[in-house]
Amino acid sequence: MGVLGRGLLGVYLSVLVLLPVAALLAQSAKGGTAAFWREVSNPQALAAIKLTLIISAIVVIVNAIFGTLIAWVLVRDEFRGKKIVNALIDLPFALPTIVIGLVLLALYGGGSPLGIDVAFTRASIALALLFVTLPFVVRSVQPVLIELDRSMEEAAASLGAGPVTVLRRIVLPALTPAIVSGVALSFARAVGEFGSLVLITGNLPFKTEVGSVYVFGQIQDENLPAAAAVSVVLLVVALIVLGGLALVSRWRSQHVL
Amino acid sequence: MSFSKLAARTVALGYLALLLVAPVIMIFYRTFEGGLAPVWTAINEPNAIHAFWLSIEIVAIAVPLNTAFGVGMALLLERGKFKGKLLLGMLIDLPFAISPVVVGLALVLVYGKTGWFGNWLIGHGIQIIFSVPGMVIATAVVSLPFVARETAPVLRELGTDAEQAAATLGASGWQTFWRITLPAIRWGVVYGVVLTTARALGEFGAVSVVSGRIEGQTQTLPLYVQDQFENFNVTGAYTAAVVLALLALGTLVAMNLLTRRTRRRTTV
Repeated sequence: MGVLGRGLLGVYLSVLVLLPVAALLAQSAKGGTAAFWREVSNPQALAAIKLTLIISAIVVIVNAIFGTLIAWVLVRDEFRGKKIVNALIDLPFALPTIVIGLVLLALYGGGSPLGIDVAFTRASIALALLFVTLPFVVRSVQPVLIELDRSMEEAAASLGAGPVTVLRRIVLPALTPAIVSGVALSFARAVGEFGSLVLITGNLPFKTEVGSVYVFGQIQDENLPAAAAVSVVLLVVALIVLGGLALVSRWRSQHVL
Repeated sequence: MSFSKLAARTVALGYLALLLVAPVIMIFYRTFEGGLAPVWTAINEPNAIHAFWLSIEIVAIAVPLNTAFGVGMALLLERGKFKGKLLLGMLIDLPFAISPVVVGLALVLVYGKTGWFGNWLIGHGIQIIFSVPGMVIATAVVSLPFVARETAPVLRELGTDAEQAAATLGASGWQTFWRITLPAIRWGVVYGVVLTTARALGEFGAVSVVSGRIEGQTQTLPLYVQDQFENFNVTGAYTAAVVLALLALGTLVAMNLLTRRTRRRTTV
């Protein structure tokens, strides 16, 4: 690739990613560490960050369980319409986030035909995040499960291990790295999620306001220092999770295989 | 069939039905509940039409730019020889780690009135934030990594034998790219383009921050959905959402047709 091509790539990456991220970091560092902590430890900001982390953690645990189960059913079970179910898993990636919020509100909001109304509660945050992050664990466990050598399971079963023992001692250990990877991706996504939450959660400070929504509110109020500080916290959390994942999978590919 | 297998199937499918399928069906039901007339009126609303075309316009600019960038970056990462590749790869993936709202804020801090380039831009009569250029940039940022991510592994698997043979036979760099490399990686690129388009069309948070949300001017279809819903025009919101959902279902079909041609990979 020529110098011109590399230059254009560099300019594009700078305009879109490098400069904006640098500006964000510069803004959050403007008043020094003291100012940064003052913004982050503002009670409303702190409540939003805490809520984001706690609900994301809960969502990720549910994802680990149901995602693995769904992957299992898609790989090991046979039933009519399996291909369609498999295709549906990607729906949350294809559907615009604002539509996801509206869709959930139509069924689980006020006037719900099921009589379940989670609108403006913390449960609505979890519901939206579960929808948005559904594909991650399924899609990372599925290929591993397909490749998994079944002779190990058969050997264990022929030696007298029951299905639960086989699952616990043979299958789950083999799937753990894939589950962890799906969980990390889900968590990073959940921490930053915004679009699917704006309609369904009501954005009530101290109650249903998550980090991204708090940042949005501060931008609207032109309080850029507060917006930038909480943004940096969200960014750092996501980077730690994704960076940790990258390091672990690098280490594994060098040491295990 | 064993009981545990049946139980696993029931729980898994039940979960998917309650979380994904039933809500989506419900919105179609609610939209067409009152017959086709109100939907038809909602579709012909001038602001809705404007929002639709603005979304298309933004996609039409951001997606080709990101495609050229993604293919170029994938080539650089897989074929170039330089230090810091790992870091560059992480930089390209960075938009996936950043909340869309934070992307919007970061753009305001560079291109906004009080941002780094604010004075210079005002001096030259250029407005980026609260106008369409800013919305294009925001859309491009959030959908930046897809093409590079889908193309790079295909390039890696392809290897360099054919490219080297072409070069030995006297082909120039461009000739090799257009005649050898691109045809071989095209399905990976197309898959990346489909993902980019879906994400670009549905982007909400980043665009919401930089748009200023002026009705009939800087309102994309996702922003229009929110605006209508919050102004109690439920039919308008549902109709626009159904249009977006149908586009998403089209994307889903395209993704599934393409994954038969390319290797299945987990994407964000």
